[in-house]
Amino acid sequence: MGMLTERQKRELKEIVFAIIMLAVIMISEKAGIMPKEIDRPVTWFLLYLIPYLAAGRDVVRRCFIGIRNGQVFDECFLMTLATVGAFVTQEFGEGAAVMIFYQVGEFFQSYAVGRSRSSIEALLSIAPEYANIIRDDGSIDTVDPDDVEEGDILLIRPGDKIPVDGTVIDGEGLINTSALTGESMPRRVESGEKVISGCINGEAVLRVRADKAYEDSTVMQILELVENAASKKSKTESFITRFAKYYTPVVVIAAAMLAFIPPIFAGNFMDWMLRACTFLVISCPCALVISVPLSFFGGIGAASTRGILVKGSNYLEMMAKLDTLVTDKTGTLTEGSFRVTAIEPAEGENKDLVLELAAYVEAGSTHPIGVSICEAYGREIDLSRVSNSQTMAGKGLCAVVDGETVVVGKAELLVSQGINIPELKACEGTSCLVSRDGRYIGRITVADSVKAEASDVIRELKSLGTERIVMLTGDAEAAAERVAAAVGATDYRAGLLPADKVTEVERLLEEKERIGNRRFLAFVGDGINDAPVLSRADIGIAMGSLGSDAAIEAADIVIMDDNLSRIPMVVRIARKTVRIAGQNIAFALLVKAVCLVLGAIGIANMWAAVFADVGVAVICILNSMRMLKA
Amino acid sequence: MKKKFKMQDLDCAHCAAKMEDAISRIEGVDEVSISFLTQKMTLVADDAVFEDILSKAVKEISKIEPDCKVLA
Repeated sequence: MGMLTERQKRELKEIVFAIIMLAVIMISEKAGIMPKEIDRPVTWFLLYLIPYLAAGRDVVRRCFIGIRNGQVFDECFLMTLATVGAFVTQEFGEGAAVMIFYQVGEFFQSYAVGRSRSSIEALLSIAPEYANIIRDDGSIDTVDPDDVEEGDILLIRPGDKIPVDGTVIDGEGLINTSALTGESMPRRVESGEKVISGCINGEAVLRVRADKAYEDSTVMQILELVENAASKKSKTESFITRFAKYYTPVVVIAAAMLAFIPPIFAGNFMDWMLRACTFLVISCPCALVISVPLSFFGGIGAASTRGILVKGSNYLEMMAKLDTLVTDKTGTLTEGSFRVTAIEPAEGENKDLVLELAAYVEAGSTHPIGVSICEAYGREIDLSRVSNSQTMAGKGLCAVVDGETVVVGKAELLVSQGINIPELKACEGTSCLVSRDGRYIGRITVADSVKAEASDVIRELKSLGTERIVMLTGDAEAAAERVAAAVGATDYRAGLLPADKVTEVERLLEEKERIGNRRFLAFVGDGINDAPVLSRADIGIAMGSLGSDAAIEAADIVIMDDNLSRIPMVVRIARKTVRIAGQNIAFALLVKAVCLVLGAIGIANMWAAVFADVGVAVICILNSMRMLKA
Repeated sequence: MKKKFKMQDLDCAHCAAKMEDAISRIEGVDEVSISFLTQKMTLVADDAVFEDILSKAVKEISKIEPDCKVLA
C-alpha cells in the first residue's frame, strides 16, 4: 500500500494502536486478571476510553464542530451518538470496537477514493512538466510551460513532451500522439508541420516555434474539459443527489419514531434508542454519493485515454442508450480526400499517357480533384513541358503540353471546345475527360473512398442496439446511395445544403419523440461548418478534431483522431459505466434496506450497521474502479 | 474573476456538496463548484472583493470539514 498521504499514515497508526490496545483490554477483562479492588465499571470505562479516543477522537471532535455549526446530522454525530449510547449501557468494549471498526472502514474508503483519483490522474498524464526555450544568444532556459510565450523557439529533446502547440521549424522525426488520440502508430513530422502539445517526441531533436501559450494549447483544453465534465451531472447522479435530499430526513424521522414510540408500549427505552442509532448509521447514503459519480468519472477517464473526450457524465449516459446515429458523409464515413478510382482510355489510347497528360495539366492545381490526379501519377512533373495553363472555374483546365493542347474537365468543357465525345457509361464519382489536340483520349474517374473500417463500425453499432444510421450529404443521389449501401447505413438523405442538415436532424428528433422513443440521437461530423447540427442533436460528436478549437468547442463528445471505431468504443464504455453505477445503486440500497429492517427489529447490531455504511461504500468504490481497467 | 483552487483532505462527497451550498450563499459569489473527485474548487466572484470572498469561503469550508485546506 503505497501512496498514503500524511494524514492517512497518521490515521493508520492510530487505528493499529487502538486495535492492539482494545485486544489487550478485552483479553484482560475476560481473563479476570484485574485486581479485585479496582475491578469496577469506572476502571473499565477509563481503559476502553483509550482505544476509543485513539481511533475516534476526530469523529467526536467533528461531531461537536458540526453541532456548533448547525450541521447536526452527519456521520460523525451518528457514530458518536451510537457509541456513547453503548458506553452509557456499559457496553464499553462494544462502543470502542464499533468506533474502531468505523474508522477502519473510513480509512479504506479514503484510501480507495485516493487510489481511484490518482489512477484517473495517471490516465490524464498528458501535462508537460517543463519547456526548454532557446534564447537569442543560443542559451537554453528550462521553464514552466506556463511561461512560454507565443513565438518562443523551443527545443524538444528525444522523449520530451511537447509543451505547447506549435510548428516544427527544424528537424524531423516521429512523435507519439497516443496519450491524446489513443492511436498507437507514431506520427511523422517535419519542418513546417504543426505539432500538438502533450505528444511525446521520439528519437529526434526538434525545434518548435510556439504558436500558442500553454493555457490555450490542446493539453490544457483537454484537461479543463475532463475536469469540468464531472460537473455536468448525469441523470443517475442528479437522482442520487435528489434522493439523498429526501432520504436523509425520512430516515431521521423514522429513527426518532423507533426510539420513542415502541418504548411507550414495550419499555426498555435504552434498547430502542440503540436500535435507532443503528438504524441511522446504516442509512448513511455515502456509498451512493461517492461511488456513482466515481463510476462516471472513471468512464470519462477511460474514454479520454482512447482519444475520446466526453464533456459531461450526461453525454456518457445518453451514449449508453444510442438509438439513432446521424452521420455526415464526406470526411466522416469517407476519407474526405479524392482518389483516382478508374482510368478508361479511348480506343487505341494508352492508359498511362492519359494520366500523365492530365497530371501535367493539373500540376500546381489546389483543387482536390487535381491533387488526386497528380498523386495518382506520382512522378516528378517537368514544368518546362507545360505552358499556357488556364483554369475554367468549375469546369476544368487546359494547357499546352509538349506543344499540344490538352483539356481536362467536364464533358461540357470539352464539348464547348468542339471536341467529340463518344457515348460513355455512367460512373461512380466525378469524371474528368481528357482530350489531346482536339481529340478525346480517355476518362479519369475520381472518387472519395469510403473509410476501410466504416462498414464494420456500422455493423457493430447495429449489434449494440443502434436502430437507425442515417447518412446526410450534399452529394447527388447516386453517389450518396452508393456510399450508404457500401457502409450499411439504414437510411440516407442526399443533396442537402448545410442548413438542411439541421432541419433533417430536427425532423428525426420529432419523429422519435412522436413514437415515444426515449433513447437518444447522436450526430457525428468533422466539426467544420456543422456546429449548428452538433448542438441540435442530443449528442454532438466531432471527429478528427485534434487541434481544432471550433470542433472541441461545439461538440459534446470529441474524437481526437478520425477513426470511426471510436464510436462503438464510446458506446461500450458508456454501457459499462451505466451498468456499474446501476450495480452500485442496487447493491447499496438492497444491503441498506435489509439491514434497516433487521436493525429496526433488533437483529442487526452496530457492527452490521457499520458494515452497511462504510463496508458497502468501499465495495461500491472498488466496483467503480473497474471502470478504469480496459 | 474565475479562479481554481486545489483542496487538500476533502474527504467526503457529501461535504463537498454542503460546502458548495454554503459558499454560494456568500454575497458576491457568482458561481462555485467543488469537485470531490478532482479535489478542486472553482470560484467565480466579483474582482474587487475576491480576496474577501475567498477568505469567507475558506471559513465556510473549515466549518464543514475542519481538516480541509484550500491551497493557492
